[in-house]
Amino acid sequence: MYDKLIFERSKEGRVGITLPKTEVKDYPLPKEHLTKRDLLLPEVSEVDVIRHYTNLSLKNYGVDRGIYPLGSCTMKYNPKINEELSKNPKFNNLHPLQPDVTSQGALELEYNLEKLLNEILGLKAFSFAPCAGAHGELTGLMMIKAYHEKNKDYKRKKILIPDSAHGTNPASVAIAGFEVVNLRSTEEGTVDVEHLKEVLDDEVAGMMLTNPNTAGLYEKDICIITKLVHDAGGLMYYDGANFNALLGLAKPSAMGFDVIHLNLHKTFSTPHGGGGPGVGAVGAGEKLKTFLPNKHVRLENGLYVRRKEKDSIGNVSYFQGNYNVILKAYAYILSMGKENIRNVGEFAVLNANYVKAALEEYYEVPVKGAIMHEVVFNGLKSKKASTLDVAKRLLDYGFHPSTIYFPLLFSQSMMVEPVETESKETIDEFIDALIKIAHEAEKTPELLHDAPHTTPVRRLDEVLAARELKVKYRDLL
Amino acid sequence: MHKYLPHTASDIKAMLDKIGIKTIDELFVALGDIKLTKPLDIPSQMSENELRDHFEMLASKNKNLLSFCGLGSYESYDFSIIDALTSRQEFLTSYTPYQPEVSQGTLQYIFEFQSYVCELTGMDIANASMYDGASSTAEAIFMAVAATRKNKVLLSKTINPYVLEVVETYCKYRDLDIEYVLEKDFSFDLEDLKKKLNNDVACFVAQTPNVYGILEDYSKVKETLEETGTLFIINQEPSSLALFKAPSEYNADIACGDMQSLGLKRNFGGPSVGYLATISKYQRRLPGRIVGKTVDVEGKRGYVLTLQAREQHIRREKATSNICSNQSLMALTVSIYLSLVGKQGLIELSKRAYNNAHYLEEELLKTKKFKKTTDKPFYQEFVLEYLGDPKVLETKLLALGYLSGYNIKDNLIIFYASEVRTKAEIDEFVKKVGEV
Ligand SMILES: Cc1ncc(COP(=O)(O)O)c(C=O)c1O
Repeated sequence: MYDKLIFERSKEGRVGITLPKTEVKDYPLPKEHLTKRDLLLPEVSEVDVIRHYTNLSLKNYGVDRGIYPLGSCTMKYNPKINEELSKNPKFNNLHPLQPDVTSQGALELEYNLEKLLNEILGLKAFSFAPCAGAHGELTGLMMIKAYHEKNKDYKRKKILIPDSAHGTNPASVAIAGFEVVNLRSTEEGTVDVEHLKEVLDDEVAGMMLTNPNTAGLYEKDICIITKLVHDAGGLMYYDGANFNALLGLAKPSAMGFDVIHLNLHKTFSTPHGGGGPGVGAVGAGEKLKTFLPNKHVRLENGLYVRRKEKDSIGNVSYFQGNYNVILKAYAYILSMGKENIRNVGEFAVLNANYVKAALEEYYEVPVKGAIMHEVVFNGLKSKKASTLDVAKRLLDYGFHPSTIYFPLLFSQSMMVEPVETESKETIDEFIDALIKIAHEAEKTPELLHDAPHTTPVRRLDEVLAARELKVKYRDLL
Repeated sequence: MHKYLPHTASDIKAMLDKIGIKTIDELFVALGDIKLTKPLDIPSQMSENELRDHFEMLASKNKNLLSFCGLGSYESYDFSIIDALTSRQEFLTSYTPYQPEVSQGTLQYIFEFQSYVCELTGMDIANASMYDGASSTAEAIFMAVAATRKNKVLLSKTINPYVLEVVETYCKYRDLDIEYVLEKDFSFDLEDLKKKLNNDVACFVAQTPNVYGILEDYSKVKETLEETGTLFIINQEPSSLALFKAPSEYNADIACGDMQSLGLKRNFGGPSVGYLATISKYQRRLPGRIVGKTVDVEGKRGYVLTLQAREQHIRREKATSNICSNQSLMALTVSIYLSLVGKQGLIELSKRAYNNAHYLEEELLKTKKFKKTTDKPFYQEFVLEYLGDPKVLETKLLALGYLSGYNIKDNLIIFYASEVRTKAEIDEFVKKVGEV
């Protein structure tokens, strides 16, 4: 199996590019600024580069290969037409600082997407400046802070977060200069309203909530929660990472949310790219819409223009975020259309409930009642093997495992999100593999413990990686 | 039915039976009256052909301009294999490498990306990418604030204003004090730095080549900062690093910046990719993903996410940052670009950018419509004083299909001539400028 670093393929004198002739003469370089280093960069041919990265790619698993039921990540199919459309040079070659009159198509598209999302979420305005979900959280929290400051309400320093929340929520709160107050969950796994009442006071700036939450449950008291927070003078932040469950079926505005972020790289089908780029589109209702960051597209006298909002928190990204990604989300919504969009949420939820029904005999379901678009198991019922072992064994069956050890509510969490683009046959194969693994755990647990057996590498020593830190080619020399 | 939704009526029936319910609606009873009763008011579904037409209609309203404006959005050669490789589904449709056994492709290219960043900047350790050069600068400041437990930040006035806007936002909400070090002759003013430096200052942040394209000289900075225990952060345009001094040669503590110039299209501003690197001493303060080399149970070389105790999924509100998803595909793009261009290619390309910019400056001055502003050395951008009205110049050039230089203030215009500009293009542009 191919195992080299590109640096290890280097041979002095090889080149990978042919440059056009230049007719511009050489100008003397400023000596005192020249580097004294001899850079250790590879010298390889074009074929070397093709082979190298193609071989690397073959060690990866992607959505085009099979089900990728990573809970909280919404690994749905990434349509190819969206990729094609996003590669139009008339969009790709736009300079972000070129005047609005010369980028009307790009601005119109952004404007149209905003209008569609306003309708889908029930909000008043969107910004596409944040580059990922966590970036959207930070932006939304800054808007909440700016809102209270505008009202001269300076003592509001606390943000409430349920203990089921994703790690980015509390981290964003800290970066935005707020304090985290953790909220307990009930036995059922939803927000403990009694605890909420205890902690609400006039120092609470707002509350962050994911709905459905990370245990896959719909917060049934959502309207009570948002009312309590509003009555105490706080604002409600919706972490839209799980919005796929409700796409076409419900609007967060109706639940009482003031500001939200959507992960366009989840619900709206843009590819995850091995970890990014995403877009953490931030949407705001009446109270917060004037606080949105960066420049915002508006239609003035038939012309699309970029303007700062009057209470803008300032810029959170360089120009206007990951613009090219929003083209894909726009194409996705248009290709689904009003006829189908509701099916997204319906089938996502149907699939998760089906997986739950098919596996609850073998895997522990720690929450009661109907779930939404993802099902969290607390490991094997038999406890004959850990969640880690189950996940690694799934790799041998050719599947990407679920999210594991998140949410932190349960010690053996396996969070399965079987998105709407998966067929019944695919889901059945996945279920069969998990049932087989449950049997193997009883009879031959070492099969799980030693798994995976068939992957490009086997279990890796993470302790060694941290202890003898090697993070670049030079460290290997 | 829809092409992205494979369930047939019989599939749905079988699944509902297994769950033990009759209708899909029963799955949503918890929603109560929040549940929508009518369809969303959005357009009807479009076929691929309809989508193509719609996008073409929008695209035709954009105007591609020949650009002499940089300011953080640069042009580089487009090599066909970059798109061929980054479009591979194995890269495009995977996510953060949570399962390393089936993510070695991603983990290894991140390791190589970190190697490139370290090699270019001379730093010891880099992360897997940041959103862009602006957020990486803000995060560099947060690292310095955490490391020094000081609350004040000195920023050079010669940093790109679009970077400064983001940094100001981040610092404001974090309750950090910002003070600016003034510019002198289009470079940061060392005397002003000395004047403003005190024991409360966590870091001094500077940019080279700076917003005017000028190569700043930091040979006295580190010794100046030492007394107060202030860290030195350099934001540097990475294509300049093949030729010019690196952050390590000025003993910087943290290096940051944007890598868009290395093979990424301008794309109306994004996606771009930020880099962030530091010296070993501060490795545990780095935000974001870091990939490290290790071995598997059979002793085979492999790569994993490492030093994760810094990150949000473990440390929550005590994490070094909130970043989770990053700009991984762009880190791959930059890595492929650097692999292809190689050592000699990178030097050659930056020399061409340097030569083009110097030729453009020379020719523009010959029109007698500009005044030279400074004798400081510059790289691929430079600043001239226009003797006419900059707005008129901009508008007239725009009508001719040019994106002229950036009018930063008064009559000062920052021009950029990338390595892809030909002599003929430059000559034609200068001719048109002369005719205005
Ligand atoms: C519930 C939840 N919130 C926030 C995030 C953060 O999103 P991102 O990774 O795009 O920053 C994620 C996903 O990673 C998530 O699952």
